[in-house]
Formats: sequence, structure tokens, C-alpha cells
Amino acid sequence: MAVTAETAERVKSISGDKYKYGFVTDIESDKAPKGLSEDIVRFISAKKNEPEWLLEWRLKAYRQWLTMPEPEWAKVDFPAIDYQDVYYYSAPKSMKNGPKSLDEVDPDLLATYEKLGIPLREQEMLAGVAVDAVFDSVSVATTFKKKLEDVGVIFCPISEALERCPDLVRKYLGTVVPAGDNKHACLNSAVFTDGSFVYVPPGVRCPMELSTYFRINEKNTGQFERTLIVVDKGAYVSYLEGCTAPMRDENQLHAAVVELIALDDAEIKYSTVQNWYPGDENGKGGIYNFVTKRGACRGRNSKISWTQVETGSAITWKYPSCILQGDNSVGEFYSIAITNNRQQADTGTKMIHLGRNTRSRIISKGISAGHADQTYRGLVKISPKADGARNYTQCDSLLIGDKCGAHTVPYIESRNKSAVVEHEATTSSISEDQLFYLRQRGIPEEAAVALVVNGFCREVLQQLPMEFAVEAQKLVGISLEGSVG
Amino acid sequence: MLEIKDLHVSVDGKEILKGLSLSVDKGKTHAIMGPNGSGKSTLSYVLAGRDGYEITGGRIVFEGEDLTEMDPEERAAKGVFLAFQYPVEIPGVPNSTFLKEAVNAIRRFRGEEEMDAIKVMKMLREKTKALGMSDEMLKRAVNVGFSGGEKKRNEVLQMAVLEPKLAILDETDSGLDIDALKIVADGVNRLRSPERSALVITHYQRLLDYIVPDKVHVLAKGRIQVTGGKELALELEKKGYAEFVEEAA
Repeated sequence: MAVTAETAERVKSISGDKYKYGFVTDIESDKAPKGLSEDIVRFISAKKNEPEWLLEWRLKAYRQWLTMPEPEWAKVDFPAIDYQDVYYYSAPKSMKNGPKSLDEVDPDLLATYEKLGIPLREQEMLAGVAVDAVFDSVSVATTFKKKLEDVGVIFCPISEALERCPDLVRKYLGTVVPAGDNKHACLNSAVFTDGSFVYVPPGVRCPMELSTYFRINEKNTGQFERTLIVVDKGAYVSYLEGCTAPMRDENQLHAAVVELIALDDAEIKYSTVQNWYPGDENGKGGIYNFVTKRGACRGRNSKISWTQVETGSAITWKYPSCILQGDNSVGEFYSIAITNNRQQADTGTKMIHLGRNTRSRIISKGISAGHADQTYRGLVKISPKADGARNYTQCDSLLIGDKCGAHTVPYIESRNKSAVVEHEATTSSISEDQLFYLRQRGIPEEAAVALVVNGFCREVLQQLPMEFAVEAQKLVGISLEGSVG
Repeated sequence: MLEIKDLHVSVDGKEILKGLSLSVDKGKTHAIMGPNGSGKSTLSYVLAGRDGYEITGGRIVFEGEDLTEMDPEERAAKGVFLAFQYPVEIPGVPNSTFLKEAVNAIRRFRGEEEMDAIKVMKMLREKTKALGMSDEMLKRAVNVGFSGGEKKRNEVLQMAVLEPKLAILDETDSGLDIDALKIVADGVNRLRSPERSALVITHYQRLLDYIVPDKVHVLAKGRIQVTGGKELALELEKKGYAEFVEEAA
């Protein structure tokens, strides 16, 4: 469904109202100075008018962060990050400073939107055009809100959730990804600015994909985003994160955390399309995307399914994982990672089998072109109590050109004799035969590459919700432009 | 329609076609027969524009235009179709998706409006039905897990969909049993019209019982050695190529 910019404005005003009155009035600056210290952490917490326990939680994370080493095992290469040279808080920018119309927006960006088929009004939204505040009489967003409220689903910024349902947030925050899990997650715990919170009550099947709304909501929360999704017994939700359109962001360092919790018989489907700025052809200026995503299948027969399409960022460091605690719980990971030019990606998953008869499935499709380097890194761990655990892993790599790299690093630790773990891996390249065959049928070279790659990714693309899948297919082609010939 | 003049082609520095001349009129079907290694496949690839086939002399004129500098996709859009001897597998891409892409790429090139998915599917179903093939063929990934016969039938289906002006069939009969051969020949014959031409490249005379050519050429040692009517094929079948090749030597 297309969402108009008017709607977007409306959403801003809705979620912004409550928020505004929550501010402590004596803090007027809308930007914290560069660098990280206890004071900055306190500043962020105060800005958000947070409860004391959360400030303490943040400070504890900050102190731990100081002592933690950088994770160095990933196959990515970048200069050391100067954490004191980063801004950790700035209020969402006023729309007034944005371009006045699409005419003022970078034509390259518009060309990409065009190729992706993004509606005009939404283009304005994404490009940050200052639009007139003329609202639709019936706002899509308010309709959404009403529909969700009717069934008791809570879906709001995490800062709002701290006011609406503080106990829920407190009960679950940091229980899947503890503050000290890794240095990036730890930083996020100390300084996260916002993100989404979802709670689906027992037995409720969320009546819509939590997607279009999010596309708007996401704005300006990209850098240290924190998402918490709790799905109660027998409930279901499908959540879509990100956007196929290239997102502009001045912040180079991104460290998000996503936590999912599925109770008995609950199911969570989490889909991501990540297309952050990858930098120029030499990799200059791209985003460092260091994300910690993890889901806990706490309940019996629960299921968590991750689907990701990673095409952006200069560096991607990301391992959406599942802790399969409940008996008969199921974890899935479907991934497409595309790296071109100088992009680097080290991505994969962890499936931790704790409960009996737990099952996991990993399908990873890596495409590397240009001078890009890509690694699949995955862990399948079967604990002694996980009788009858079952895993199937398939890792396929596709190379375009002869200067890129693809690596597969599967770790398998099985401590239970009844477990069955399967791993299959292939590496292939787009053959000259394939390209000639397609071109002989009239399909130009770049479209031919896109077609072969889309075929290669098909199993994963099929996992995406319909509206996303179509855009994602186009994105696959666009991401590889200039990789042949 | 097609005019090849004194064509010299090298692959990896080795000259394969050594002054080949050939002309095919509109509406005519010509057969090219020749022993292994005579340059038959090279001719089909060079007509379709495959990389690595270097034209060192001569020219190829198709409908008044010089083909030699055109990309393969451009030639396809102009109406040149090559039915491959070894059709290529494209995993994960359904035949219908592939054909829709091809049809619309060609339409775009010609400045025609693209066909939407529904229209394309309708057209594809009609074509498969007319050729006595099953719809199942459209859903399967391009040539993946196809038997030899299915692959060749798929080539004929693609040809029927793209309706080329010049169809080049590169040993389309190889690996076919008699029933499959009939289906393939039937598909080719259906496309014959006063507007369309075909170049049937084959090793054996058998296919020409079903696709009756207007002319038969014998290709050996990189050149056309003899040209005759359809009876030439029968003569070749009896005598073998040796006589013609020796004549040339």
C-alpha cells in the first residue's frame, strides 16, 4: 500500500504530541556535543524523560562498554572507530530545512526511486522534502492505529512504550541481547535513541503486516535503533524493517539491536531490507552497519523466522539468531547479501538448540561483485538436552567477476547424539553461456545478470511478504548495476 | 534477408571460417550440412554475436543492416533467433518469467508498449498449446532438469513466442528421438511464412525429411563447398561428406 507524505506528517504529529510534553523543559539544546561520556548518557536519558531504572541500565552498559574489546573475528577491514568523534544525540531534524521540492533532490537518488517504483509522495517523504501540512481527511496511519488498538496490539516508539507499558518493556528489554553481549550491542544499550516496540497479546493474529507504517516511523532513528518485539502465547506478527530505497544518513556508525521474544505457540516473522549508503566506488563514506539481532523462542512450539536482504552499507556485521529454548520450537534464517564495489559483509546466523525436538533451517545466498568481499558465518549449536534437534543449512555463493571474494565459515557444535545437522554449500559464478543465452533472447546484459541473480535468490525472495518481494527483486538488479561489462 | 560475404572468423587466433559466402532470401529455409569441425556452430554463434568470435574479414548483412557490430540483444530485437545446440540452464528463473523478460525487452527495444503479466501468460499458454506442450513447461526453471528432448522443445517454444525473422537452428535434431524430432520440426514448420527465413544447421539428413529446405549447402573447411536443392541432402546421406571435402582440398 502506498502511503502518502501527508500521512507521514500526520504520524509524526500523532506520535510527537505526547512525546513533546514529556520533555524536561530545562534541557533546551537539541544536539549533544560530540563524544561519549556518562554525561552524554545521562543527557540522552533525561531528554527522553526516562525512568530511573533505565538510566541505571544505560550507565551500567556504558561502564561495561569502556572495558570491552572490539570484536575482531569478522572478516572485515576498516580503520579503528574514533568513538569520541561521533554525535550520540540529535533531535529529529525539522522538515523545514529539507529541500523544498523534488526538483532540489539529487537526481541519482530520484532515478533509483523511479526504478524501484516508489510512489511520488513517498519519494518526497524519503528524500526529506518539506511538504505542506495538508492532511488527508482519513489518515491511513490513524486507521492503522485504530485497527491495532481494537485487537490490543501495541506498536509504538520504544520511548512511548516506556510511558504506556513500562512494565512490559522492563520485563523484556535486554533479556535476549544482554547489554554486555558484544561491544556494539553494549554501545547501543548505553545510547540508543529510539526504535520500535511491539506487543501482541495472547491468541491475537496481528491483522496487518507491520510495515508501511514503519517505513515512515523509521525516519531519524537509524543510528542507534532499539527494537523490542514480544509476541504472547498463540499470537502472530509479521514485521517488516527497512526500505528498498537508499537511505541517506550522515551518521557513519550504526549499531542497532533487535530483540524478539516468542512465547508458547507464538510466531514472529521478521523481514529486513537494508539499503544504507554503501559509499562510493572506493568504499569512501559508506555506513558501518553493526547490528545485533536475536530472537528467543521461549515457549513451546514457538517459531521465529528471519528474512533479510542486505544490499547496502560499506560494512555489514550482522547475525540474526535464534535461541530455541522451548520444546519443538523452530528457527529460520533466510538471507540474501549482495556486495558490490568495495563493500564488505560478514553475515550469517546462530541457531542455538536448547529444547527438545527443536528445528532450524538456514538458507543463505551471497552475491559478490566488483572488489567486494563477503563471508557467511554461522553457528549451529546443539546442547546436550536438545534431543531430536534438527538443522539444515544451505549456503550458496555467486561470484560476478574475478576480483571479488566469497567465504563460508560454518561452525557446528553438537553435544547430543540424537541430533541431525546438515550443511550444504556451493560456490558458482554467472557463466558466459548463461549471459549469452539470455542476451540472444533480447535481454540486455545488466537485466540478464539481474535475472540470473534473482533466480539464484528465489528461495529467499519467496519468503518476503508480497509487497516487499517485488521491490526487493528490482533492488537486486539495481544493486549490481555496473558489475558487468 | 541475410547476406554473408566472404566471412572470415577466428577463435583464439585460429581461423575457422575462411571466406564463407551465403545468401538467404525472405521466406526461404536453407539447410547447412557438414562434417564435424567444419565450422557449423561457429557460423551460428557468429550470426548471433557471441563474444570471442573475431570477424577478421567480410560482412554479414541482415535486412540491409550490417550485423557485425551489434550486441547479441540488438540482433535478437532485429529478429535473429538462435536455437541452441546445448540450451543453457538458468536455475530459479521460471520459463514464464524468462519469456516475459525477453518479450518485453524486445518490445522496449522496438519502441513498442510492454505487455503486462496477464497478457504474456495468456499468449504463452496459447503458444504451448499450439505446440502440443504442457503448461507445466512454463512453470519450471529454464531448462533445469529438462531431458534433452524437453530442452529442444523449449527452444522451439521460445522461437514460437519471439517470432523471429531469421531462425537459426544449430543441430536442433541432435539427441532427439523420432517423436521429439517431429514435434520440433512441426514447431519450425508452423513458423514458416513468406516473411520468415530459417537456417537449419544439421549433421544428418534425417531432420530434413520433416523440415524440407529450399536449398542445401555443404559447409566444409570453413567455406560453402556445394549448394543444391533438397535432393543434395539425400545424396550426402548416401555418399558421405568425404567426396565434397576432397573436392575442396
